[in-house]
This record gives sequence, C-alpha cells and structure tokens, in this order.
Amino acid sequence: MSLGEITRVSLAKDLRLEWRSKDAINSMLFFALLVVVIFSFSFDPTAEESRHIAGGIVWVAFLFAAVVALNQTWARELRNQVLDAYRVSPAPANALFISKAVGNFIFVAVLEALMAPLFMVFYNLRSIGPAYQLVVVGALATWALVANGTFFAAMSIRTRSREVMLPLILFPISIPALLAMVSATTAILTGEGAYRFWVVLLVVYDVVFTTVCLLLFETVLHAE
Amino acid sequence: MSFSSAPANSLATNSSQPTSAAVTLSHVSKIFGRFAALRDMSAEFAAGKLYAILGDNGAGKTTLLRAMVGLAQPTRGTISLLGNEDLRAATHHIGYMAHPTLLYEEMSGMENLRYFAALYGIRDDQPCERAIRAVGLDPALTRRVGHYSQGMRQRLSLARALVHDPKILFLDEPFSNVDVVSAREMVHVLAQMRDLGKTIFIVTHQAVLLEGVADEFVFMAAGQISARARELPSSLERGAPPARTTL
Repeated sequence: MSLGEITRVSLAKDLRLEWRSKDAINSMLFFALLVVVIFSFSFDPTAEESRHIAGGIVWVAFLFAAVVALNQTWARELRNQVLDAYRVSPAPANALFISKAVGNFIFVAVLEALMAPLFMVFYNLRSIGPAYQLVVVGALATWALVANGTFFAAMSIRTRSREVMLPLILFPISIPALLAMVSATTAILTGEGAYRFWVVLLVVYDVVFTTVCLLLFETVLHAE
Repeated sequence: MSFSSAPANSLATNSSQPTSAAVTLSHVSKIFGRFAALRDMSAEFAAGKLYAILGDNGAGKTTLLRAMVGLAQPTRGTISLLGNEDLRAATHHIGYMAHPTLLYEEMSGMENLRYFAALYGIRDDQPCERAIRAVGLDPALTRRVGHYSQGMRQRLSLARALVHDPKILFLDEPFSNVDVVSAREMVHVLAQMRDLGKTIFIVTHQAVLLEGVADEFVFMAAGQISARARELPSSLERGAPPARTTL
C-alpha cells in the first residue's frame, strides 16, 4: 500500500474517532471561547484599537487551543498502546505523521471557522485590507502550528508530564511563525504594513519545518 | 488464512514441519538504567513450533517479546527473524499481541481490523472477517470495542495479530482475563495455526493451558533462559516453581 493510501486510511480513522468522541474539538472550542470572553472583559478597545491587537489575541487563543488538540491526537494512540501496533507494521512512519498533521489542521480550521465570527462580534472587527487574504494567512499559520505541534507532541508522548512538555517545546520554536501570523493578520485588518513579507516568511517556515519533521519522524516514532 | 479442523496436536505431528530457525538470539542484552532485563541471551527457535515462555514477574519475558518484534532495541547483541537481522524488513511476517489490546475502543471490531489490515496493504474485508471468525467472534457485531467484555477484547486482539496471516506470532499473555473455555478455544486456534507451519511464541502464566500443545516450554529467570523443556514439569502443574529441566 502506498504512502498516500495509508495516510488516507489513517486520516479517515482519526476523523471517525474524533467524530465519535469529540475529545479534541470540544475542549478546543471551550478553551478558545473562554479566551475570547476573558479578553473582551479585560480590555474594552475601540474599533481602531481592536484592529491593532486582534491579530495577537486571535492567534494566541488558537495556539493555546491547538495544544489541546495536539495532545489529544496522540493520547488516543497511547490508550491500549495502539501505537505499538503501528510500530510493528510495515506502514511508513510519515504516513502517520501526515495523517495526524492533516487531521489536526482540519480540527483547528474548524475551530477557527467557528470562532472567527465571535471574535468579530466581541471585538467589533472590520477588515480595512482585503479580507480574503485572511484565509491565506489562516491556512499557512494553521499549518505552521499543527505541523510542528504534531511532531513535538509525538516527541513528548512518552514523557511523564507530556501536557506540560508540549508547550515548553512548541511555543519557543513557534515564535517566528507566531510573529509572522500576527503581523500579517494585523496588516490585513489595518490595511497597513508589509503583508507580503510576513506571508513569505510563513511559507518558508512551513516548508522548512514540514521537511525537517518528515525527515525526523521515523526516528521519533521508533524511539523507545 | 484458513484454519483446518485438525485437533490440537502433539510433538509427533510436527515432525514434518520445517525446522530452520525462525528466531535467533545472539548475546542479546537489554539494560534499562542499572537494571538488566535481558542478560547475554543466546538461543535459537525453530520454525513451525509453538513455544510457551514462562517465568516469574520481572523475569524478562515481555522485554524478550518486545525485543523480538522490534519494539525494544537490544542494548547489546543481535536478533534475527527468518534469517534477517533487519527487523523492520521482517514486519510483514510478524503478528504481535501485547498485554494491552492495541485496539481503538471507539471503533467496532471490523473497523479496527480493516484499519490494521490496511497497514499491511490488505484492502478487502475477507481476511478481517476470517480472522474475527477464527477467534470465535461475529464480524457483523457493530458494538464498539469499548463495550466488549475483557474476553472479547482479548479474542479481537488475537484476530488483529492474525489478520495479515503472519509467519511468526508473538503473544503476550493472550489468556489473561479470559475464562477457561474461551482460553481453551484460543489454544485450539493457535495449535491449528502451528500445524499450518506458523511459529508461535506465547508468554503466559497459565502454562497448564498449553500442556500437550506447546512444542517447548522456555523458562526464564533474571533475564536469561534458565531451562527449555519439551513437557511441562509436574512440579509446575502442581503450582510449584519451574523445575530446571533441559532438553
């Protein structure tokens, strides 16, 4: 069976498990909703101020919420040690990585689609720049979060305090991507700043880190 | 995979089976920190036989099994499966049943087996249905594994290990939490598979179940093979510690 076929089968399995348990999506939604509500009570920005700070709030909320999904995605492989069944099979390690990363991308994208209208309402947001660009930034930024996050979550699953370990590893390495996604979003919302530069930075970040993750994932999967 | 209706057999019925080595251990040690789980172990296991691996808790049975399937890398020494020291290259021929079930509880038995079969390049449902029937379960059962009884989970776990028709089966405590009747049925299935030429390793504390079925009893103590015997020592049948009977 090809890499693509096993990726498809593994992704379908993950989507089915999430559809039945709703572990990741429920906890992400609840977490992101809390962040929106708490921040909206903490600040009372004008529409102009909102455009300047919303990019930061939105992406920090999504980053924290994504960590919940990233932990869940591997936690279900640890129950009953199911991951060992994959490790003793001839299936390529990268098929598992790609399926998990794509699965997490879908979960986080669903979260973003559900939370975006709430952000607009709570922060009185209206984009001055072309709003369709937010979709491009959203896709690139989400992949930056989930590709690294899936990889580092796999690294931390065998550690004793994996829920704490993942943010400790993931957040520092995500700083360049976070800077790019926040700046690009702010540039679109305010109609000012170098949108293209930040998008290119996100593309480069995605390509470099996805490549590195693919090269190293087999070692991580088969590590004891 | 097709299972004959031949009864659980004895050593004599295996005389026509191939006797080349299925697994060869050469000075294998596995050390965790300051604890040696396996200590300079060398042994050869012929193909087409059923081995019962016995020993007290902490004797190294599970570590040995994990090392043989490639889940634990030996600290020293080499393991060869079917003449191949690259265990990754032999994964098509390995069936592994661990102490945990290695199953997704949110999926049904067939859904689980379809997924694991796909990892071995199997696309159609027939091998999955055969494996489920072979362990006495119903492939049409739509109930999720999380709602199965412990015995049903163990049977399905065995079916998962069988689904790709492996040449070597490694089973860790397959009869734990299984009632005696079900356990005897599982033994019968395994004996049939051995008769078809498969090599089977069973780690168990219920050695009596394999009496008259296992070709060899391998006793482990303190990370080493302390004895190998063709028959279960009578002292063990009475519940006493294993005698050091050698072949």
